[in-house]
Amino acid sequence: MLFASLVLGALHAMVPLTITATGEILSERAGVVNIGLEGILLISAWTAVIGAESGGPLVGLLAGVVTGAVLGLVHGIIAVYFRGDQTVSGVGLNILAMGVVAIGIVDRWGAAGFHRVERAFRVPSLSTPLGAMSPMVIVTILLAALTWYLLKYTNLGLKIQACGENPAAADAAGVRVERVRLFGAIYAGALTGLAGAYLSVDWLATITDGLPAGRGFIALATVVFSRLNPWLAVLGGLIFGFFDSLGLIASTSQELTRIIPYQFIQMMPYVVTLFVVAGVIGRFRSPAASGQPYRRE
Amino acid sequence: MDPRPVDPQQLQAMARRERVRQVRGALGSVAEIAIALVIGLGVGALVMRASGYNWLLAYRGLVLGAFGDQWAIADTLASATPLILTGLVFGLSARAGYFNIGAQGQMVIGAVVAVAVGAYFSAPPWLAVTVVFLVSGLAGAVWALPAAFLKATRGVHEVISTIMFNWIAHYTALYLVFNVLNDPRSAERTVRVLPGARLGALVPGADMTSALFVAVAVAIGIYWLLWHSPWGYEMRIAGLNPSALRYAGANPLWSVNLTFILAGVAAGIAGATQVIGRPPTYALYGDLSNLGDLGFDGIAVALIGRNHPLGIIAAAVFIGAMGAGARMMQIMAGVPLDMVRIVHGTVIIALAAPEVWSLLGKFLGRLRAERNAAPAHARTLQR
Repeated sequence: MLFASLVLGALHAMVPLTITATGEILSERAGVVNIGLEGILLISAWTAVIGAESGGPLVGLLAGVVTGAVLGLVHGIIAVYFRGDQTVSGVGLNILAMGVVAIGIVDRWGAAGFHRVERAFRVPSLSTPLGAMSPMVIVTILLAALTWYLLKYTNLGLKIQACGENPAAADAAGVRVERVRLFGAIYAGALTGLAGAYLSVDWLATITDGLPAGRGFIALATVVFSRLNPWLAVLGGLIFGFFDSLGLIASTSQELTRIIPYQFIQMMPYVVTLFVVAGVIGRFRSPAASGQPYRRE
Repeated sequence: MDPRPVDPQQLQAMARRERVRQVRGALGSVAEIAIALVIGLGVGALVMRASGYNWLLAYRGLVLGAFGDQWAIADTLASATPLILTGLVFGLSARAGYFNIGAQGQMVIGAVVAVAVGAYFSAPPWLAVTVVFLVSGLAGAVWALPAAFLKATRGVHEVISTIMFNWIAHYTALYLVFNVLNDPRSAERTVRVLPGARLGALVPGADMTSALFVAVAVAIGIYWLLWHSPWGYEMRIAGLNPSALRYAGANPLWSVNLTFILAGVAAGIAGATQVIGRPPTYALYGDLSNLGDLGFDGIAVALIGRNHPLGIIAAAVFIGAMGAGARMMQIMAGVPLDMVRIVHGTVIIALAAPEVWSLLGKFLGRLRAERNAAPAHARTLQR
């Protein structure tokens, strides 16, 4: 029983991390870094609830994807066409999100800070031998596979990597660097939006103004862990997800919280993230031109 | 061979031209910030209109609440005090080339240590206050060091490590506040610091204390360090061109450590100001609500202040005014306090892309030139 809930818990906690990381992997390969993922998760979680409550869970997921894509587009335009500072733009997005969702919850449901999503509006789960599992677990694996294939075996994937490594050479070869990079930013936004929607209308079934609780940043750590390979993002998501769900399960177990205070159990995913990023993987080289604006000579 | 004699008049003219260039750069920077602020306030107004609030009344409340009378001004400066310090954390690190967003965690640790020291260390007021500030600053620095170490030795990006340390600090503080420093007589807060360690209100009825002067002093100290000391010179070179620093024989490890230590000290002191320098509580609430998101707000402060200590003081007063005025905004127009975050976020996003304005100018110029220039077929030929 504990085993089943641990496995399912890890899978469910993996979903937002891996989906977000997968999108960001493609974007960083193309040369756009977005540290505003936390903010995109938050805003799209909120719009997803609104969508789900007016048209069902599928509309909710779709609302999340569209919201994320639009925010990714804004970030992409700043990064690519205005050659802005990508980190600053991402930070702005995170702060903006806190304000938008805090006000949005009051504006929409009247109560401050918290709104519960009724079962009818949540993504229905599949029944498996271990218990109820969200179909989004399968979607996550499919998205990772799709992104991996796209990067490795398609013409577009080749162009994406060229734009991240050497945009000037890509440009000379006739690749439209700006468009490819913008696509990367939108792709990352859209996938992050899907992950945000999963948080609110599926997994956690609630919306608060702190719903992602750092998962956007843990997803960034997953990107580092993955060395920009979507399959390793699945593995990273599972590792981080395991400790995330262990924390969630352990903090509700009375025997355990008597021995270890719940604050230390909840701290675990963050500590593990630090150790994994620092210890197991060490240094890795990101694409040469990632995070830098491209200026045509 | 003699060097060519220098014409003193020519030299003066050069110096004058250089000064004009500097002033023009500073003015341009101020103009960029002003435009970003206008965009932020404009988006805020649009959001308020869309949500059915009276935005004009809301902004009137904001201004009244921030500058309406002496108490309002004192509250604005009280809100600005910790923001100057957390703004310095980000600004100083950014000057040295690091994206240190760990102010929140370092501040939380500093605040918890301030409670622990302030509540149990009995001494004459000047000594108690000094010791609290010193020990809190030290605690903030100790909390900041692992991120610097991971960056220098393992190449762990500081955005990831500092965010993780923020969460770890948050839960550590919650544990200490509930289980170690809790006041048996009052469940919702920690023990209060001893009267000797409390800074009194400078304007009776408002919560401004002399902590403001501590914050300003730290800002001036960091300004001096960055632009008038060899250490600061190395830090700024590290930010502008890290390989140049290595070729010059300096130790980059030393530079990253010094940066994070100084930033941590500022953050720890920021935490202490909220405990010993904010009447009437002189304690931490169980949910850490009197610390809020001051560490994250410091990022906005630093970006608006262009990572310059003096700009940071000005930006902290601006953001502090929005914090102090937000309450009056809520009372007068019913707008939730979080509205100001939408404005902050939008301002920062607008500041992220300074090239927008020059691009926009070029685009408009081209449009005008095309309209003035020639008939349609000539335009297609030009392309």
